[in-house]
Amino acid sequence: MTADLQLRIYCTGVGGQGTLLATRLLGEAAMAAGYPVQVAETHGMAQRGGVVESTVVLGSLASPIISLGEADILLGFEILETFRSLNRCHAGALVVTNTGVNVPYTVATGQTTYPPVERMLALLKAHTGRLIALDGNALAQQAGSALAVNMVLLGALISSGRVPFTVATFEQIIATRTPKAHLETNLKAFQLGHEAAAALP
Amino acid sequence: MHPLLAGPPGEKRLLLGNEAIVRGALEAGVALATQYPGTPSSEIGDRCYQISRESDLYFEYATNEKVALEVAAGAAASGLRVLCAMKHVGVNVAADTLMTLAYSGVKGGLVLVSADDPSLFSSQNEQDNRYYAKLSGLPMLEPSSAQEAKDLTHYAFALSEELQLPVILRTTTRINHSRGVVVLGELKPRQRQGRFEKNPFRYVMVPAVARQAHGILLAQQAKAAAVAETCQWNRVSGTGPWGIVTSGVSAAYVADAIADLGIRDKVSLLTLGFTHPLPSRLIREFLGRVEKVLVVEELEPYLEEGVRAIAADLPQPPVIRGKGEGLFSRLFEYHPGLVRQVLAGYFGVPYTPPTPVDPAALLGRSLPERPPNLCPGCSHRATYYAVKIALRDLGVEGIFPTDIGCYTLGLLPPLSMADYLLCMGSSVSTAAGIATATGQKVIAFIGDSTFFHSGLPGLIDAVHNGHDFLLIILDNGTTAMTGHQPHPGVTPAPPGYTGRTIDIHQVVQALGVEQVKLVNPLQYRLTLAAIKEAVAARGVRVIISRSPCILYLQRLGQKKRAKTFVVGPECRDCRHCLDYFGCPALQPPLEGEGPLVIDEALCNACGFCLQLCQKKAIRAKSAGNG
Repeated sequence: MTADLQLRIYCTGVGGQGTLLATRLLGEAAMAAGYPVQVAETHGMAQRGGVVESTVVLGSLASPIISLGEADILLGFEILETFRSLNRCHAGALVVTNTGVNVPYTVATGQTTYPPVERMLALLKAHTGRLIALDGNALAQQAGSALAVNMVLLGALISSGRVPFTVATFEQIIATRTPKAHLETNLKAFQLGHEAAAALP
Repeated sequence: MHPLLAGPPGEKRLLLGNEAIVRGALEAGVALATQYPGTPSSEIGDRCYQISRESDLYFEYATNEKVALEVAAGAAASGLRVLCAMKHVGVNVAADTLMTLAYSGVKGGLVLVSADDPSLFSSQNEQDNRYYAKLSGLPMLEPSSAQEAKDLTHYAFALSEELQLPVILRTTTRINHSRGVVVLGELKPRQRQGRFEKNPFRYVMVPAVARQAHGILLAQQAKAAAVAETCQWNRVSGTGPWGIVTSGVSAAYVADAIADLGIRDKVSLLTLGFTHPLPSRLIREFLGRVEKVLVVEELEPYLEEGVRAIAADLPQPPVIRGKGEGLFSRLFEYHPGLVRQVLAGYFGVPYTPPTPVDPAALLGRSLPERPPNLCPGCSHRATYYAVKIALRDLGVEGIFPTDIGCYTLGLLPPLSMADYLLCMGSSVSTAAGIATATGQKVIAFIGDSTFFHSGLPGLIDAVHNGHDFLLIILDNGTTAMTGHQPHPGVTPAPPGYTGRTIDIHQVVQALGVEQVKLVNPLQYRLTLAAIKEAVAARGVRVIISRSPCILYLQRLGQKKRAKTFVVGPECRDCRHCLDYFGCPALQPPLEGEGPLVIDEALCNACGFCLQLCQKKAIRAKSAGNG
């Protein structure tokens, strides 16, 4: 491990997308690699179909949460929510996002419209250091379960090289910390996410 | 074995603050634990419940926080070590007990966890429960990390027994719901057999006894203050001229800010883990060697007031600031960047804060909101729909006192069925007040767990005093919002749960309510008819709308998402389901006109939309068809 590493990872998604499991696995991986780590979660009312935000803070930091403009990595499970959290990032941040859409109820009822995905991706790219965008929903389906989006995104994140974990250690964490019944799907989704991100220009 | 029961001393674990509290209690040999669930405290009870299934730890989900604390008090008076957890507003419910329990004290250690919720992530207020320590005179500890959550819980039991007083462990959401690396200690065996030694001149709080007891409490408080002076959780670091006083999660933000600003050699830092009574000698010495002081604490100026009072005795006190313009707010939780900025400003350190982009400004439009919503398939939505249609058909305006639970989300459009809410149980009695004052048609909503918690006295009052409103008990069989904890009416009970089920229908009848109906809200026609009849009637009317929480059934493995539904071409020129029902799974096509689409990933197959569709356009997909 690197002694002076400080890494602030901000995760966002919609209730039910498995963001909390993803942050917990990142925390477990960090601990296994010997880093001090803090994880902050959202529970309770906010989880009912609303936005679920969580954080993973690695290294010599005591605070579990991340202020505006200070995230090194933004891990987004739904493209509108990723874009909404762009204000968490500093200019050099890495963004790893699902391009999949989860229509909020305010759009479904016609109160407002969903912003164009391409435009949000372009703005994310323009205002951060690096963007890894992939269709996590499709890759999760391909792996065998729509619920495995979190594993796809973790695979893509590890592939970026910005977090200090190897594929092998992370697969070990998935193997020991997720239910056996979903293990094959989870590992497949992780690998698909990893490959898809590595294949991006 | 439960993970919190395993692990040798020295092993590192990534624990949620609430799990760390439970582990700390287990390491102290806790024998009995009680809770009424409430965010952000719920996982304390949930872990204790799981552990009680495979060990001799006694745990119960109590009917409400007052009951939880009284069960705990009786057991602690009998010599057991007891943990009692609740959210901050739960302490209001238990406050009557707490204030006098402070007089009678305890024999076995009693630790009361008060989980506060700055920023109101899942609460009706952000009251600062540190004042309960001051009000009751009880010792209070405040952890600033997951590790401290474990260590201070463990310490709290010893402190409680040393002082023979309950100890308040005060946390905030960021402690309860953050995970950190925790080094495990040794598990202590439980002393599970207590004995109540009669001592009425200590335990029966009639005035003559209580007059004595108040004096004893003050004497114990002085002892507590002496312990706080040398307690390892109150510590000073650094020798610089700039003084910072902090506690709780703010201590983490302060630690990072000092490192980020590179001012370690300029600062003297007083971090307090034992915050009532305050260590006045330690604080006085600290004030004596700094030039100016900044107090960093979320919510009310509890520490600031205490430090100022101590400073008033000094001949030349330093300037002490905390809350105020350009400094800290009494509103909401803090974060690292805010604390860094205020520190830099107060001590005159050059600092340029980050300049985050504004996504909406970049896009040139506001972003769609995504408020929390009742789940697809939620039986509450079906009840709300039936009430909405009943009132429309009868041409009546309803006033809707509501209560605390998932169904509070009925506030949001298109349901918009919440007009008045204060706290747990308030729906019933505020309905009585509104109806008496106005004569308007009042329809109150309360959940099943909340009804047992504190709805019963209001209903008894309504029957006795002859009030005029309709109470709809939204009975989904579980305490859904906080994670499906069982309650006295739990249906179906989780496997292996031994609590005896009390039927709400029988309870309501036994209270003397003459107009009471039990309906299944997923049977739309029958429910609508019952609601229309009840709305038109006078006096106390109760409808129990019973259908288990669909997520709870899925979790128990009793509900499979087997059926799927399709919307036929008859669906056009009609927004009835969107305007009156609002299931998240029913969506208009993203582009262009056409029938609604059912999002199969979201649909929980309750089948209610088949019953409400005005065009009969929604059908179950037939087996070979797709």
